[in-house]
Amino acid sequence: MDALQLIVVSAGLRQPSSTRLLADRLAAAAERDLQLHGRDVRVEVIELRDLAVHIANNLVTGFPNAELGDALRDVEHADGLIVVSPIFSASYSGLFKSFFDLIDPMALSGTPVLIAATGGSARHSLALEHALRPLFSYLHATVVPTAVYAATEDWGGEAAEFVGRIDRAAGELAALLTLREPKPRDSDIEDEDEVIPFEQLLAG
Amino acid sequence: MQFGIFTVGDVTPDPTTGRTPTEGERIKAMTAIALKAEEVGLDVFATGEHHNPPFVPSSPTTMLGWIAARTERLVLSTATTLITTNDPVKIAEDYAMLQHLSGGRVDLVMGRGNTGPVYPWFGKDIRDGIRLAVENYALLHRLWREDVVDWEGKYRTPLHGFTSTPRPLDGVPPFVWHGSIRSPEIAEQAAYYGDGFFANNIFWPKEHYQKLIGLYRRRFAHYGHGSEEQAIVGLGGQVFMRERSQDAVREFRPYFDNAPVYGHGPSLEEFTRDTPLTVGSPDQVIEKTLKFRDYFGDYQRQLFLMDHAGLPLKTVLEQLDLLGEKVVPVLREEFARNRPANVPDAPTHASLLAAASNPPASPTASDS
Repeated sequence: MDALQLIVVSAGLRQPSSTRLLADRLAAAAERDLQLHGRDVRVEVIELRDLAVHIANNLVTGFPNAELGDALRDVEHADGLIVVSPIFSASYSGLFKSFFDLIDPMALSGTPVLIAATGGSARHSLALEHALRPLFSYLHATVVPTAVYAATEDWGGEAAEFVGRIDRAAGELAALLTLREPKPRDSDIEDEDEVIPFEQLLAG
Repeated sequence: MQFGIFTVGDVTPDPTTGRTPTEGERIKAMTAIALKAEEVGLDVFATGEHHNPPFVPSSPTTMLGWIAARTERLVLSTATTLITTNDPVKIAEDYAMLQHLSGGRVDLVMGRGNTGPVYPWFGKDIRDGIRLAVENYALLHRLWREDVVDWEGKYRTPLHGFTSTPRPLDGVPPFVWHGSIRSPEIAEQAAYYGDGFFANNIFWPKEHYQKLIGLYRRRFAHYGHGSEEQAIVGLGGQVFMRERSQDAVREFRPYFDNAPVYGHGPSLEEFTRDTPLTVGSPDQVIEKTLKFRDYFGDYQRQLFLMDHAGLPLKTVLEQLDLLGEKVVPVLREEFARNRPANVPDAPTHASLLAAASNPPASPTASDS
């Protein structure tokens, strides 16, 4: 069987970024679990910081440039997603939302998604439940029950709870992914399937 | 192959002077541009249709009728006619009238428009956009072909014993193109009827339009109107030219940077790389336009957007001189070179009339 495609979207802005750090931890844990299930997985990370200007240009012009178009296609065709945003002003960052505003609203139907976020203190952790989970529910994705929030203090705190949460979330994502066939990647085949014969359009 | 211009009819401040033309000035400028198009040897002038500021062309057949009276050869077209919110009965009447007044120099590009509130303003629901385009056009198609129409649909009052007048000139309906930026359903509609497909080819990279045009060509052949190569394709494009390319870039940049659609977004350099826009010398325009054939196959109509983003009339008229003198003659010659004999020209009233009076014995007769 073909490898599953796991796409990681990180909206961290700093270099190095704790958002990216969390994304990598989650991806590594999911990859490990999938391999235990005997599934090949290919992990690719999309750093939204590198696409920030292209995302703004797409909002203005209505079309993505080649680089952003590739990233959007990767997300839309992913077998599973790990999405990580910093929490700004009680919600996902504007860059994170702007990127997902460009995704075809039906493209993520049924796609397993692990949501995660970072912030300065644990006080903002429920933004995951109030902002990220509804966003991906709207996109008809299957959001795993455990969301992972990393406050600054978690990077030096009690390991067991933080690591346990990462493992639990990654395990939930891996369990959903093991049930799936990889999505077809040949976009031409999909395009031909999209044609609705005109007699059917005429019939209303 | 036909060459021409299409206009959106936007009233936009000139960013270099800050001055906004009045609606009256803009309307006069549009008609002056149309007359100039004929003068410099172009084949087609197409106007947009909009029902909100900052656009002026809400009444296309009024404008095209005025232009028809002052031109001899120019084909008058639209870019686009709102098939969703206009009553198809009124479209049938208005454009048949224009056909008679212009001596058959009329065709139309059907479209769905770019302004959401136009739907409610005209009593329609934007969520019905595609279904309106399908039903309304099906009715329009019959109104031009059947003298007495009995019809019931979902989106307008039923018609019983209705005759749309005047009947099309010589009994030949105007040729119709269907324009779409993103909907495969519209490419399918154009293919089903054997009508033309027009890709505005302005905003998106070529790969996007290749998909839509490829789909249209395959379905055109599927419905038995001819081979894929015989499908009728029109393309937009936009250019700004000066003899020296650096002068073109310098002069156009403030207009580009402040343009209503893409201004304050990507740079001029990115946009010319990623989209069909050319800003440079006439030779650069020729080179880029000739590539359209490699991307989309031999095609029938090339329209350029020349008069937007606040460019002053004088500049636009200079652009048309360059287009008519330096660019289009070379494009005509180059596009004719190696063009397969079975690729048809864009249908005109004369060719449609000839085809109607001498129907080919078989679909392949024109190949022999």
